[in-house]
Amino acid sequence: MNPRMRLVGTIVVLLLLVIGVNIAAHGSFLEPSNIVRVLRQITYNCILGVGETFTILTAGIDLSIGSLVSLTGVVMALLANSLHLSGFPLVAVVLLAGIALGAGAGYVNALPVVRLNLPPFITTLAMMQVALGLSYIISHGRPVPLTSNAFNSIGIGSFLGGLSAKLHLPALPIPVLWMAVVVIVCSLLLEKTRFGRSILALGGNEEAARLAGIAVHRVKTMAYVISGICAAIAGFLYMALFSTGSPQTGTGDEMLNAIAAVVVGGTSLAGGRGTIVGTFFGALLIGLLDNAMNLLNIDSYLQKVVLGAVILLAVALDEIRKRYLAAR
Amino acid sequence: MRSIGKSFPGVRALADVSISVRSGEVLALVGENGAGKSTLMKILSGAQPADTGEIFIDGERAHISSPRDAERLGIGMIYQEFTLVPQFDAVANIFLGKEPQRGPFLDDADARKRAAALVAEFGIDLPLDRPVGELSVGIQQLVEIAKALAKNVRVLVMDEPTAALSEREIDRLFEIVATLKGKGVGIVYISHRMEELARVADRVTVLRDGASIDTRTVAAFPIDEILQAMVGRPVDARFPELPVVAPEAPVRLAVAGLNAAGVREVSFEVRAGEIVGLGGLVGAGRSEIVRAIAGADRATGAVTIDGTPLRARTPADAIAAGIAFVTEDRKAQGLVLGMSVLANTTLAHLERFARILGWLDVSAEERATEEMIERLRIRTPNAAQLVANLSGGTQQKVVLAKWLLGEPRVLLLDEPTRGIDVAAKAEIYELMVGLARQGVAIVMVSSELPELLGMSHRICVVRQGGIVAEFTRAQATPTNVIAAASGAAA
Repeated sequence: MNPRMRLVGTIVVLLLLVIGVNIAAHGSFLEPSNIVRVLRQITYNCILGVGETFTILTAGIDLSIGSLVSLTGVVMALLANSLHLSGFPLVAVVLLAGIALGAGAGYVNALPVVRLNLPPFITTLAMMQVALGLSYIISHGRPVPLTSNAFNSIGIGSFLGGLSAKLHLPALPIPVLWMAVVVIVCSLLLEKTRFGRSILALGGNEEAARLAGIAVHRVKTMAYVISGICAAIAGFLYMALFSTGSPQTGTGDEMLNAIAAVVVGGTSLAGGRGTIVGTFFGALLIGLLDNAMNLLNIDSYLQKVVLGAVILLAVALDEIRKRYLAAR
Repeated sequence: MRSIGKSFPGVRALADVSISVRSGEVLALVGENGAGKSTLMKILSGAQPADTGEIFIDGERAHISSPRDAERLGIGMIYQEFTLVPQFDAVANIFLGKEPQRGPFLDDADARKRAAALVAEFGIDLPLDRPVGELSVGIQQLVEIAKALAKNVRVLVMDEPTAALSEREIDRLFEIVATLKGKGVGIVYISHRMEELARVADRVTVLRDGASIDTRTVAAFPIDEILQAMVGRPVDARFPELPVVAPEAPVRLAVAGLNAAGVREVSFEVRAGEIVGLGGLVGAGRSEIVRAIAGADRATGAVTIDGTPLRARTPADAIAAGIAFVTEDRKAQGLVLGMSVLANTTLAHLERFARILGWLDVSAEERATEEMIERLRIRTPNAAQLVANLSGGTQQKVVLAKWLLGEPRVLLLDEPTRGIDVAAKAEIYELMVGLARQGVAIVMVSSELPELLGMSHRICVVRQGGIVAEFTRAQATPTNVIAAASGAAA
């Protein structure tokens, strides 16, 4: 079944939800300021989900992304505080160092997967523990506040604030712009390049891909590297947002929510089928649901129950529709 | 089994087949691949229902609609592929699904005692307490037999039981078969190995094209007559005429001293424009030979294309050297079913369509795919169609399109027409002839004897991983090819 058709299903559910909630919340749901709030909230989950999509497309998984958010955040904060730079050079050096660290961790994740054929569930589970432990060791268990204010505008600033004020629209937060760039770049990478085609092929049939001369080891490794880079970008944005690199940033539901966004977005856990745009809409659906339940004053514990049920429902509906189409 | 008939969509697998096996007797069931042996046995074991016909066991009409029914009636099966849990020991495997219990718990002591008694009764010698995955194939087969015996079998079907066994293991197996006969078990013994029949069978039934051709006692059925009954009609003329290979045509592919898992010291040459058929039984090592040449499996030895030796041994290296490899199992190894015709067609040659930063030039891909769709007459509504939705023959053409896109110098075809309809077959034969005319060297593995004889300039017969005989087109007959394949001195 075509991932685009799956995407259509997600969008339809999304629209129904939006309309329903908007009526129930007396119009406050569709206010521009609320939409922007939701986009800002889903940024981190979406970026992590985009990285995760690549590993899931290879029929693998990356459990370490939450810990990598913590580790890269702490390392970047310590680095920023120790460098005698300021302004853009500081930001650029710190970001590049973080990305290199995330990429390196992804490479280490992939090494035993491609060399020893170990299950990625295990190798990334190990990395999850190692990275978290390291981030506590390096930070002595304490958050690392940034001494420079060079990161403030990235964390909480807005894009084209003047223009949007003239149009009586809320300003677009900078992190949302980052999300847009990550989604667009990764989507093009997956849909339009040889690398993306290779990912989809090896996720769909690894043996056929191998016999077609595709360097399956290299392509798989790249999937984990991209996942690590996305974790580093999320870590960077969190650090900028809080002006702090904290070992606790990624210790909550970050990894699980990212996987949920991927799956709700129509990517098959069996690999080979899925889109980056789908993951964006998956993250958006989860974000809107969160936001709607807050607007409707639904108890926060109950929110978790609903969220779980929606994830299950989204995937089950997809499966049922797939069988229906296959049976025709 | 009386008057058994079975049809699949488009194929009549069995027509009015009757076989019988008596208590304490071994009936050998022989026939070419596709003759209907497996289907007949699947019906007996309840894996598939028969369309027509009846089954009688000890004179009583039996209704077998599931494997459970067959088990209850005392029908045991030993398949070529084992059904053991490798991590479990022999005892656990023997009683799998019917473990002796004491209350809610497994009674391991009782299971062990009963297993020991069982193997002693039939003179089977096997270690009961080691994970069966650690045992040799021969011993694993004994575990399978013990597992069947634990269900009090009256009829035991053995499907090519000696295919993977050493000579010593075969001797031991035959001793156990003799013991079973003594206990009154009726045995249906499926085999391709003619030389075994006289040792193990009492009677022989030959199947061909889904019908029972002849049944005689083994003494009254000489091997050459069995072979004739198996092959039947002469090779029919539905094959295109092969182009003549010029005697001065250069050697395109040279293989020397090739060794791999299942391949022993294989050497042969193929000239430009020549089609060499690799014949032999299933499991003889034919696929392994072409896989080794294509870099699909680890191998040692020299592969030379147009005088240039292939250095490294990966699929990518082989492709770069001009080797195309159409695998045996198109769904498992040839195609990404969830991808489009276009994506599958260009998969092995993406570098040709990649621009800066790996950006794929989709319109160039479309042009190339459309060209292939036209050239191979691929019946698909468009290039974006998912290959999962295409018929077997059309899928096979997509696999061919993928490889022909690279304009290969050497084409390796492993069972190129398996499971596809006659029309698509004919088109693939025409295509092979066309490629041979252009000077492509073709190696074709085929289990279909008529195809092998009709589409090869030369036939190399493979047995136990090595080439044991070679026939020119003029020399090759069904009888001498089968005889060489099965090791019979015919």
